[in-house]
Amino acid sequence: MSVIPAALAAAAVLAGAGALAGIVLPYRLRIPAVGVLTAGVGVGGGTAGVAALGGSGWAGTFPGVLPLAGAAAAVDALAGLFIAVAGAVVAAVAVYGIGYAAGHGPHGLGSRTAQAVLPPFALTLVLVPVAASVSTFLALWELMALGSLLLVLAEHRERASVRQAGVWYAVMTHLGLVLLLAGLALFAAGAGGETFTALRAGAHTVPPAVRGLVFVLVALAFTSKAGALPLHAWLPRAHPEAPSPVSALMSAAMVNLGIYGLVRTGLDLLGGGPAWWWLGLIAVGGTSAVYGILQAAMASDLKRLLAYSTSENMGLVLIGVGASGLFAAYGDRPLAALALCAALLHVVNHSAFKALLFCAAGSVLRSTGLRDLDRLGGLRSRMPVTAAFFAVAALGAVALPPGNGFISEWLLLQSLIHGLAVPGVAVAVVLPLSVALIALSAGIAAAAFVKALGVGFFARPRSDRAASAEEAPILMLAGMGLLGAACAALALVPGLLGGSLDRAVGATGLPGGGAVSGGGLEVRLTGISAALSPVWVVAALTVALMAAVGLPRLYGRRRRRVNARLWDCGGGAPTPRMAYTATSFAEPLQRVFDDVLAPEQDLDVTPVRESAYLVERVRFQRRVSDRIEHRLYEPVLRALNTAGQSARRLAGGSVHRYLGYGFAGLVFLLLALAVGW
Amino acid sequence: MGLLRKIRTTGRVAEPAPPRPEAEQPLAAGELRGSVQVRCVDAGSCNGCEIEIAAAFNPLYDAERYGARLVASPRHADVALVTGPVTRNMAEPLRRTVAAMGEPKLVVAVGDCAIDCGEFAGGYGVEGAVADVLPVDLAVPGCPPEPDQIVAALRRVTGR
Amino acid sequence: MSAAVGYAAVAGQVVVVGAGAPLLTGWMRQVRARLEGRAGAGVLQPWRDTRKLLRKEPVTPVGTGPAFRAAPALLVATTVVAAALVPLLSTDTPVSSHADLIVVVSLIALGTLALALAGLDTGTAFGGMGASREMTVAALVEPTILLSVFALSIPAGTTNIPAIVTGAVHEPARLTSPAGLLATAALAVAVLAETGRIPVDNPSTHLELTMIHEAMVLEYAGPDLALVELGSQLRLTLLLGLLSSLFVPWGIATSASWAGLAVALVLFAAKLVLLGAVLAAAEVFWAKVRLFRVPELLAGSFLLAVLAVASSYFLSGAS
Repeated sequence: MSVIPAALAAAAVLAGAGALAGIVLPYRLRIPAVGVLTAGVGVGGGTAGVAALGGSGWAGTFPGVLPLAGAAAAVDALAGLFIAVAGAVVAAVAVYGIGYAAGHGPHGLGSRTAQAVLPPFALTLVLVPVAASVSTFLALWELMALGSLLLVLAEHRERASVRQAGVWYAVMTHLGLVLLLAGLALFAAGAGGETFTALRAGAHTVPPAVRGLVFVLVALAFTSKAGALPLHAWLPRAHPEAPSPVSALMSAAMVNLGIYGLVRTGLDLLGGGPAWWWLGLIAVGGTSAVYGILQAAMASDLKRLLAYSTSENMGLVLIGVGASGLFAAYGDRPLAALALCAALLHVVNHSAFKALLFCAAGSVLRSTGLRDLDRLGGLRSRMPVTAAFFAVAALGAVALPPGNGFISEWLLLQSLIHGLAVPGVAVAVVLPLSVALIALSAGIAAAAFVKALGVGFFARPRSDRAASAEEAPILMLAGMGLLGAACAALALVPGLLGGSLDRAVGATGLPGGGAVSGGGLEVRLTGISAALSPVWVVAALTVALMAAVGLPRLYGRRRRRVNARLWDCGGGAPTPRMAYTATSFAEPLQRVFDDVLAPEQDLDVTPVRESAYLVERVRFQRRVSDRIEHRLYEPVLRALNTAGQSARRLAGGSVHRYLGYGFAGLVFLLLALAVGW
Repeated sequence: MGLLRKIRTTGRVAEPAPPRPEAEQPLAAGELRGSVQVRCVDAGSCNGCEIEIAAAFNPLYDAERYGARLVASPRHADVALVTGPVTRNMAEPLRRTVAAMGEPKLVVAVGDCAIDCGEFAGGYGVEGAVADVLPVDLAVPGCPPEPDQIVAALRRVTGR
Repeated sequence: MSAAVGYAAVAGQVVVVGAGAPLLTGWMRQVRARLEGRAGAGVLQPWRDTRKLLRKEPVTPVGTGPAFRAAPALLVATTVVAAALVPLLSTDTPVSSHADLIVVVSLIALGTLALALAGLDTGTAFGGMGASREMTVAALVEPTILLSVFALSIPAGTTNIPAIVTGAVHEPARLTSPAGLLATAALAVAVLAETGRIPVDNPSTHLELTMIHEAMVLEYAGPDLALVELGSQLRLTLLLGLLSSLFVPWGIATSASWAGLAVALVLFAAKLVLLGAVLAAAEVFWAKVRLFRVPELLAGSFLLAVLAVASSYFLSGAS
């Protein structure tokens, strides 16, 4: 028996035990027990994933598990990558979660329901990529959605906005499920089988139009799960309102599965497709990237900022996946492999830094009760470790060296820049635009995270609660430490992942022939003369930094460093209210992108009663709402509402009428049977 | 193109540098060695001195050629160029401005008002001369002092 | 022997940029002064300023943190590493395989980021204002730079700067092609914005409300300020050097020989002196544009970069 089934079975058993522990154990024992068992689920999943990345595979069927079809499972390197990422995130976040939930009281995340749901949810995160048939996949997918929904609702007693977010999430995730069900059922019907093996074998027998429809349906569902436009609206609501460990799990593990599904069905099962699929995907990815990060730059809610940044990063990944499909469609398979490699590496990097960012935001929230950047500040002295972790993760998120996000974005840019060798006018138009969009999103991401770090953690506290913040307990720091170590490792020695990435890419049928290699210290691209050595960059920066600090000391007269009050232009000491807030920081960018964001502005001047010329009170309000949500969703919601209102007239309460409906329905059915079939 | 022609026809307008002032350099200025950043503080002046200071930095007198430069923040500055009698409202801001400067630093009082309150001596809003508020390293008399004298004072600080 | 030349070239680049940056700034101020009819403080004045600042008292404003302390050194360090990477003197150095254009651009952006964080760290209104404006400009400059990089790397088939430079030396037609010219123009505007020169920012302003870069560094004093000033001088020199390497690559040593290196050194100095003079002269004629007109300027340069990529693709595809 190989490692993979054993590890997965162990994870399943631990999850079951965790669920049980969550239900039966009293509050004090519940949280540590569930936390340890959930971490076990993560370790089990991680082990299985790493084994699969190492080259071993596994497949099995469980006829009795699901009615009619039974369940099928298979693990290849592609699944292994997502299992390993999910497992690692689950393990680290579980450790963090023990510290987070403990001392929070037996409600919210510490409640019986939430603690009982957490381990099975973690298990589904690990197991979704294992599914190898449509029914198994859909069942696990739905279980995952339900688990996350219950966890999002954990704090519903504390804030009404949680309930609203829950409704949005429930509706949208099920909309996605319906699309997915339709798409995959159509695919299975055409291919003549519902196991992934049958789909793979029968994909070429499906007519092109049906294949296109399948791809569109499936892509809509999966991009919605990944938080890409236009079905993204659940994400900036659900992620901020969920308890922070759950936000971390959702943002760093669950959204990845949307990418997994897309790569699995689009590139593997459907075996690639015509260029328009991928051009559409690139368009979706590019818009999501820029729109997501723009909203993030405007957000003053720390967790909303992070949620929108997830939208951005998933958009970048979608550009990579789309480019990969596009290159494959034009026959350049090595370049397609490189683009996919970049996309997958970005998934891994994003998981590492986003989990850490959400955990750090969670520490802040737990300690101060604040998510509003405008009221935070000065945390670096009160919560130094959390602030340092946030800084490390933010460096990854802004895609600058020596952060980990830089390496995957560099790879992505390399694949796009070299994609111009691929013939075709569409390629020539789309690739430069994608590069521009990636660059724009990187630029705005820098502004967004400078804002998050600089306003949230630096300067001085802008409220009493921020001023009395306390450092997070040791277990939370330990969880964040694991994620921070992962970020550092990914930033310094990404080459170590090279072989695994190649195998994961190879699992989709693209030649994984060493697109990324060079051992631990270097990233070297085969076929393209480009190399990157993060360790070298870090070493050079360190040397230069020491020189920059040391050389002036050699020359300068050694004077003692003195403290002085901040320069206040000679007036009184500047109060924290005078400092720039997140809103004011984002104002110039908001002006620049006024046409895209369309902020709502409201100026209300109240004159005193005696004279219209003397102003008693001025109220100024400005809100940057999600414009796409505004424009796209509201008409649909209104139409649904109207339809529902008019449908109410059908149900007047008269029993005769209902009997009449029944009779009419029966007659219609009989007629249809008699005439049609 | 008009500007180009103007540049060509005008040529150099800076007057030839007068000989270096004889008077000896203030003690604290010894370490500056040819580079002085100046922060102006109007402690209550009638703005006559400000006009002359502005003139000292215009192309004609060109105080910049001796290494003096006006800066925006006292943190960047070595010299506080104080004008006017120190009014009650400006006494504390003046102290804070000079406190914000790093050592070595000098205070230069420009104009008669800064030296002995001049016309405004005894005014109800006047706290006193600059020397009553802060130790003054150098004084430039005159009401207002001529740009030449201001430049000469700055040259004593820069040592050029 | 050739390895020794390579290391000497890298060391030479760092030293020339390091020692030359204040001289270049002094030279530009001198040119401006002469055009304005003034005598000027002399080319050496920035070095005198640096010397004095290094000997002044270091000041830590109360309420600032590690970001404020570390930013000046980081600003200098990123620029120095970038200076070692960019083939200013020679394309054949031990680090030339790592000299990726995207890495260089990102390193420069990292310095910007560090300073913006330092500005926010002070918690003063001016610091935040400068940081906010700087990041707005940086966010808009980045796409332009990367697209120009894209345009330049199409004919060379790589983003490796030494390879691009070598290609351009051997095939000068690349530079005079529409793509090359458009990319030059786009990159030039981006460089003006990145280095905070007129018309984007006025480096010698005293009005806090019009400042971008200066507003972030109002709290620095003494040796810290010396590093900040040196950092921005280094950036100017490096980016002008990068521009000259990419668009006037002649003279850069393409093989490891001492004679080639010496020629490269002289020509590099000459190019920078010329570029600096042109920039300083241009600044006499331009006015700083309003802050909210800056995005229009940057959007214009972005459009040039898009055109550069498009023409590069379609023209090279047609031939």
